[in-house]
Amino acid sequence: MTALPGAVGSAFARVDVREKVEGRAQYTADLYRPGMLHGAILGSPHAHARIKSYDIGAALAVTGVHCVITGDDFGDHRMGAFIKDEHAIAKHKVRYVGEPVAAVAAETEAAARLAARLVNVEYEELPAILTPEDALKPGAAIIHEDLESYFKVFDTGSRGNICSRTEFSQGDASAWAKCEVVVEGHYTTQPQAHVSLEPCGALAEPDAAGRITLWSANQSVFRVQANVCESLGMPMSQLRCVTPRVGAGFGNKMEAHIQPIAVKLAMASGRPVKLILTREEDFEIVRARHPFKIRMKTGAKRDGTLVAREVEVLLDGGAYADDSPGVLGNGLWFSGGPYRLEYLRTWGTLVYTNKLRFGAFRGFGNPQVTFAGEQQIDEIAARIGMDPVALRERNLVRGDDRWFGGTEVGSNALGKCLEQVKERSGWSRRAELKPSAPGRKRGLGVACTAHVSGLLATGAIIRMLEDGSIVLNTGAVDIGQGSDTVLSQICAEALKVPIDRIRLASPDTDGSPYNWGTTASRVTYTTGRAVVAAAGEVERQAKDHAAEILECAPADLELRPGGQFGIVGVPEKSVTFAAISARAHWAKGGPIVGTNSFVFDRPTFDPKRAIAIGLPFPAIGALAFGAIVVDAEVDTVTGKVEIRRAWSAVDAGRAINPQSVEGQIEGAFVQGMGLALTEEMVWDGGRLANPSLMDYKVPTALDAPFEIDPIIVESYEPDGPFGAKGVGEIGINGVPAAIANAVASAIGARLSALPLTPERVLGAMLSLPS
Amino acid sequence: MRSVPLALSINGQVRQVQAGLADTLLTVLRDQLLLTAAKRGCNQGVCGACTVLIDGRPQRACLSLAANCRDSTITTLEGLRGDRDMARLQGAFQSSGAVQCGFCTPGILISAHWLLKQEPKPSIPAIRAGISGNLCRCTGYRKIIDAVAAAASAAAAEAGA
Repeated sequence: MTALPGAVGSAFARVDVREKVEGRAQYTADLYRPGMLHGAILGSPHAHARIKSYDIGAALAVTGVHCVITGDDFGDHRMGAFIKDEHAIAKHKVRYVGEPVAAVAAETEAAARLAARLVNVEYEELPAILTPEDALKPGAAIIHEDLESYFKVFDTGSRGNICSRTEFSQGDASAWAKCEVVVEGHYTTQPQAHVSLEPCGALAEPDAAGRITLWSANQSVFRVQANVCESLGMPMSQLRCVTPRVGAGFGNKMEAHIQPIAVKLAMASGRPVKLILTREEDFEIVRARHPFKIRMKTGAKRDGTLVAREVEVLLDGGAYADDSPGVLGNGLWFSGGPYRLEYLRTWGTLVYTNKLRFGAFRGFGNPQVTFAGEQQIDEIAARIGMDPVALRERNLVRGDDRWFGGTEVGSNALGKCLEQVKERSGWSRRAELKPSAPGRKRGLGVACTAHVSGLLATGAIIRMLEDGSIVLNTGAVDIGQGSDTVLSQICAEALKVPIDRIRLASPDTDGSPYNWGTTASRVTYTTGRAVVAAAGEVERQAKDHAAEILECAPADLELRPGGQFGIVGVPEKSVTFAAISARAHWAKGGPIVGTNSFVFDRPTFDPKRAIAIGLPFPAIGALAFGAIVVDAEVDTVTGKVEIRRAWSAVDAGRAINPQSVEGQIEGAFVQGMGLALTEEMVWDGGRLANPSLMDYKVPTALDAPFEIDPIIVESYEPDGPFGAKGVGEIGINGVPAAIANAVASAIGARLSALPLTPERVLGAMLSLPS
Repeated sequence: MRSVPLALSINGQVRQVQAGLADTLLTVLRDQLLLTAAKRGCNQGVCGACTVLIDGRPQRACLSLAANCRDSTITTLEGLRGDRDMARLQGAFQSSGAVQCGFCTPGILISAHWLLKQEPKPSIPAIRAGISGNLCRCTGYRKIIDAVAAAASAAAAEAGA
């Protein structure tokens, strides 16, 4: 390894950290343009209704209002990642409370908000479908009457209120006959809000030729472009999308929010329009984590060999498909857990309801199925009298094992992760653990998980400027997780230059290579690969110049630290990038540009091994692994659960920036703790009852345990850049399960519904035979 | 909506603004003075991203009416450029990995800066309590707490040297 600043493996401080600590980093809301107007939206008061008419007169009369738009101003164009079922703004119908029905652009935000409230919409109410069970009842009101005619990217099996269905199976059901212990249960999980500290927003500006530039909070500048253009029926070349700093995402900024409305307002007013959601709107109209209903059955032999599992899930998708079919597929794909199973059958149904759309959220369906699966592993361990860690160790996917369905597992350090959390937590001495005070009970809980890292298309362009400095352009959006730094480190390592010689171009659909997005724990793994390949191309071109300058064969040259080539074995013979690039610009060959792009195409399922019906992602990615142990204490009087400490190990392949990997592990743990204990979106009829941070409880610094031990295990992923794979999500998957297992160990009773509120924990204790 | 001219003392300067009776300090700072370090994370007084110093104490700019700040001294993160204690904190945040998306960072820095003024060598529980009015959704808080502790140690070392 080189010792240059920013080299791979060093905890180099973030490239964007200085501007952030000085308060100079600019997020979408911090941008102001000459002549800029402010936008506001009117949300539907009904969960399900037909729109009969609009009266915009009073709104237009408000001083400072420039334009008012409604569904009538939009063509019949629909967007959607898997099923194109969503207009830019409600048209003909509203399908959830808060759904945007009209929007206003005005001189001030206050005037825009006032005018939006004055738009009068006449509705004809329809029966609201608020649960998936109601949606499936014969004769239920249909939420998308034209579902059959919508464009779909895979065989969704849509009908009635069924948005999609997916089923995977591998092995033979006769395996159940070998099972000596079978556990079965029903589990439910709750909707969780992302609560990125930056609410969603956008700023759209028409240029003199009518072309639009759109700044927005997003996880993919290219998904913004596709969604806006699809939903407004405009050519993609007519819209330039850019991304300022983003105040976190976790999934809620991957697909569209109000970018199409902001663009339409800018087109209608001919002025720049900034539209920033309030916190309440961000809760009510963007998206949230799916509530899951799960029935799961797991069978094992008395010697601790896991044999068979069957999983059935029912997902509330909300009013629009969004990423839901993918969440269903991913949840099912991970529902067997990281274990060797002779037989696994897993299927699920995704249903439309009249609620906010549910979509991508860190873990993408995995924390929910893991909550069920990892509790069942503990139950089996209890039934056969085996240590829960020992039972897991015996069954882990390892070595050359393929993942469920047949995809190859390139690198796998799950066993080491489990060993690490077991040793560091003092697992074998857990019987000696004492509660901190009388009236409290304490226990350790464990969980093992896997997650995807990969998917779809990515690219990199590396340009060597005249002076030999480097501009790296990938189009990947850094949402705060640190990819700008990691990709710069990868580029620096590949070209053996100090990191300060590299600057990252901001994501821009005009100039950046396509990047599907900052999602699926994919940027380090896929975009990092493209950066390494593009750097190789730069090296090849530069080396040809160096060979001609030094009058030797390219094969005799080596890349030397600091941005130069030299003749192997002749230390005094070298030429700098600056000299090479000046020659390329002014004399011979042309400017040096290295490019690479690819689409991930390793198949998810091998039809010879497994059956897949309604598979939403034919090529998914590499696998990351993780293990967690949690030390939890329960107050037996109040039922409150306190997390004392957690040990979370992830297989990062190779940590490009160990400090950033730790940051992902720690942040994922606390977000998972919120899911496990305190966070829940609650509906009162069709209306979200707690769209505020006062009533929706995100963990504070007093709630989060101070002692979270992040443990990085390196397995070296052969396909990854310098051996790396993604770690953005793996750390959250096992958290609710590990906490539930710790609580069960403490109180002797199991809980099957999230969150583990004091009421539920007390109820579980009271239901125990005394 | 009626607005009135208002003179506010911000970051050591008197700034003339126009404020409606319902305009918050946060709106005036951001939309009129383009002082955007303080963020609007919730506008409900909960997340702490808009924390600024009003008469030296950390306050929510989203809950403070601009008109009520006439007789106060307001300091935003921009106004602490050059402040040695703040520079030490900023340096510790940079090297400790305390910043991810950064949206909560200006507010947390203001809260931590005030905490260290009150309690130059805070215990870990005191740091946790001191920043508990600021939400962070990225870091899990650990590295922020470490950064505040590191800044306190660095200040003590400088004072001792």
